[in-house]
Amino acid sequence: MTALLTLTVLVLVGIAIWQMTKIFELSQVKTAENTEIANDTDNKYNGYLLFAFLIFIYGITIFSFAKYSKVLLPEASSAHGGEYDQLMWVSFGIIFFVQTITQALLHYFGYKYRGEKGKKALFFADNDRLEFIWTIIPVIVLAGLILWGLYTWTNIMDINDEDDPLIVELYAQQFNWTARYGGQDNVLGEASVRLIDINRANVLGLDEADPNGEDDVIVKELHLPVGRKVNFMMRSQDVLHSAYMPHFRAQMNCVPGMITQFSFTPTVTTEEIRLNPDVVDKVKRTNALRAEWAAEGRPNSEPWEFDYVLLCNKICGKSHYNMQMKIIVESEEEFNKWLAEQKTFKETVMVDDQEQAFNTNDGVAVEPEAEATN
Amino acid sequence: MSVVANAHVDDHAHDDHGHHHKETFVTKYIFSQDHKMISKQYLITGLIMGFIGIAMSLLFRMQLAWPGESFPIFEALLGKWAPDGVMDADIYLALITIHGTIMVFFVLTAGLSGTFSNLLIPLQIGARDMASGFLNMLSYWMFFLSSVIMVISLFVEAGPAAAGWTIYPPLSALPMAQPGSGAGMTLWLVSMAIFIASSLLGSLNYIVTVINLRTKGMSMTRLPLTIWAFFVTAIIGVISFPVLLSAALLLIMDRSFGTSFFLSDIFIQGEVLHYQGGSPVLFEHLFWFLGHPEVYIVLLPALGITSEVMSTNARKPIFGYRAMVASILAIAFLSTIVWGHHMFISGMNPFLGSVFTFTTLLIAIPSAVKAFNYITTLWKGNLQLNPAMLFSIGLVSTFITGGLTGIILGDSTLDINVHDTYFVVAHFHLVMGISALYGLFAGVYHWFPKMFQGRMMNKNLGYVHFWITAICAYGVFFPMHFVGMAGVPRRYYENTAFPMFDELTNVQVLMTVFALIAGLAQLVFVYNFIVSIFYGKRGPQNPWSSNTLEWTAPQEHMHGNWPGEIPHVHRWAYDYSKTYENGEYIIPGQDFVPQDVPLQENEEELNH
Repeated sequence: MTALLTLTVLVLVGIAIWQMTKIFELSQVKTAENTEIANDTDNKYNGYLLFAFLIFIYGITIFSFAKYSKVLLPEASSAHGGEYDQLMWVSFGIIFFVQTITQALLHYFGYKYRGEKGKKALFFADNDRLEFIWTIIPVIVLAGLILWGLYTWTNIMDINDEDDPLIVELYAQQFNWTARYGGQDNVLGEASVRLIDINRANVLGLDEADPNGEDDVIVKELHLPVGRKVNFMMRSQDVLHSAYMPHFRAQMNCVPGMITQFSFTPTVTTEEIRLNPDVVDKVKRTNALRAEWAAEGRPNSEPWEFDYVLLCNKICGKSHYNMQMKIIVESEEEFNKWLAEQKTFKETVMVDDQEQAFNTNDGVAVEPEAEATN
Repeated sequence: MSVVANAHVDDHAHDDHGHHHKETFVTKYIFSQDHKMISKQYLITGLIMGFIGIAMSLLFRMQLAWPGESFPIFEALLGKWAPDGVMDADIYLALITIHGTIMVFFVLTAGLSGTFSNLLIPLQIGARDMASGFLNMLSYWMFFLSSVIMVISLFVEAGPAAAGWTIYPPLSALPMAQPGSGAGMTLWLVSMAIFIASSLLGSLNYIVTVINLRTKGMSMTRLPLTIWAFFVTAIIGVISFPVLLSAALLLIMDRSFGTSFFLSDIFIQGEVLHYQGGSPVLFEHLFWFLGHPEVYIVLLPALGITSEVMSTNARKPIFGYRAMVASILAIAFLSTIVWGHHMFISGMNPFLGSVFTFTTLLIAIPSAVKAFNYITTLWKGNLQLNPAMLFSIGLVSTFITGGLTGIILGDSTLDINVHDTYFVVAHFHLVMGISALYGLFAGVYHWFPKMFQGRMMNKNLGYVHFWITAICAYGVFFPMHFVGMAGVPRRYYENTAFPMFDELTNVQVLMTVFALIAGLAQLVFVYNFIVSIFYGKRGPQNPWSSNTLEWTAPQEHMHGNWPGEIPHVHRWAYDYSKTYENGEYIIPGQDFVPQDVPLQENEEELNH
């Protein structure tokens, strides 16, 4: 079926090309002149086509906006995201203004000044005033954009410990994400890939000798309290990954051998964003599509409920396209309750192992330092 | 050396040069030292590589539009990588990697700059040949060798390189991270190392030729803008390609000799590797120190070609010649200090990000000047809408559309959320991919008669080629911006793992259909190209009524380009439609004054 379809398309395109060549040929007056050089007829038709092409460019712009605006990301769900969106829309405004005018001039001139035999072109080689104008205008506009952009950038990238931020580690590996919370003390224990012990399930390589790590909570689902600043510390154990949280206008690469950072304050809970009219519409449209797919018996087509998501956005290997983690933004109380329910590093890894026990059978903890010397 | 000597001899001896050398098939068509033949070799090799690169893009576009669907063509072309006709995720990554590598380096660097620098530098500056014909030949054959190695790498058992054309380590360094990082990546690096050597030999030759071998009267300010573009491109190449070579060599060391330049603290497949102290960010710096200038290495020749083609066909001087030269120089200088805008979120110090935002947005200024100057060149012209002219106008259009979104990507703040999404893919395909391809096509249509003894390409097929390509290029890449703004990351084998991208499936289908049609339209060009080589109609010696020196050379190729003395130059290359004060053309009945025509009485040489 596909082969047949492809064949049909091929044949049709072939016929179309043949017909177009014929039209071009027939439209040319036969003269003695060399036929491979554009003549007045060619200039005329291609001049019209240039004008039509301008309309096509406007058309595809309007079409794309009308049809695809709705697929864009919803309003930002982070504190800095508002400013990001504003800067984005202002930049877009400028871009569309310039695009509309320059494309119009370019194609209109192409149409208006199409060649005719005997017409005289204007010898116009230089005009300092004009050139000054179109140098200085971009300078001014860009200076404004640069200043605004840099101001915002400096604010976003100023990662500090003011306002008691929640410290979260994002840990990347082929092809999944893990999150680690500092626990009660909100301080992450030291870790290194050299301490990873798969047999003991110490998959993040936490230093068991570091008391800060004992109450660390390691999870596969990222929970964030709304309204509280979150400082992310990012690590990768194998190749480059990128922690991309599009709904929060947040992204940072995870680099083996170093800790990278990003910080933002979530402002909209998962519950709230699900009620956002744009998101409600999106879910409706998507589920209608998925219902169709389910009817066709396609896998992975069950109804969808909106969730924030963390994606990998740096090519990392075969399953790069499916390296994700769910993000849940909730109220501070819900978050604290959830965190308290999680097992700490001490309760999981450090307990399970009987042979190199940190905890003796009678329950008296041995000093980690003493253990380390064994 | 011998060529230089010949040039001197020829200046005095006015005999026919062709009789001096007995040319065999091998010296004429294979190991030729003649710049015109080498230029054709570059072009044809580049076009063949382009055919492979574009075919690959069609394959992965089909996968993106119809994920997981079975296509017999996948099974036919990909074999074991497409069991039952379903494309494998590893080969998807390999396809995008090799597509990027081939298009950027083999087609748009060697195929575009190699072809037209070789063809036009000696012919337009009035030289018998390149400064060193031997180095020139060597440059081509090293390019050929690197192309062969790159193609061979497609047939390696574990698959070709698949870490993206930017080959960031550790992914590219560790065979256990992905199968393509084994022998496939080794061949990729070897091929690129040879490619870089080839590019350097070529560039040095171009620079020396432009500086030393200009004919009498051809001052730097009388050079056609094509030559300015090739000249500056060669300088950027000489500055930045060696840095890529160093990155490649260090990566080879890390891969094969256990060093740790780019690797540290890695735990993969159940074991800790010994690497300690290196940084992948260092690789990114080295890579983009070439990678960004590379964009301009690709684009500047296309802009140079456009300047020449547009001015000739508008029958008007290029507007603002000095501003155009200044813009080329400014772009070249700035291009070497903006590489960090590829790395805003790589983990490098955010302050550096601020600096790179500043320099990056500065580069928009000379670019804007160029765009405005092109538009003004059309104003009140007498536009001869030949296929080359249409491709030049198309180039300005995509250059503006693609360039404008650079304002967003060059802004570190705005880059955060669109970095590595389809927004980037749309941006650079329009601004450097499509634009540079249009420049290549414009050049081929315009100088085809110069390359193939006066034969011309069929203009109607050219029109069909242009219009289908122009519509489809926007059809593919305009909607792609929206896909990126919706947050879809690039280099995803399929987007089905994220229900939030479900409703974008129909956009993917639309883009793929446009891409397939555009791909088919290129066959029209291939047909036209091949048939015209053998059966094209012969046109006049100067078919486009152009001013530059290459059209004063005879159609039949000869060693040394001009029989007898090399023409001297008396004016700049853009005296189109120049008139006396009474409105009469300088040469009665002719709206152009070739560069070798002396200043006429009462004619004012305008201070351009």
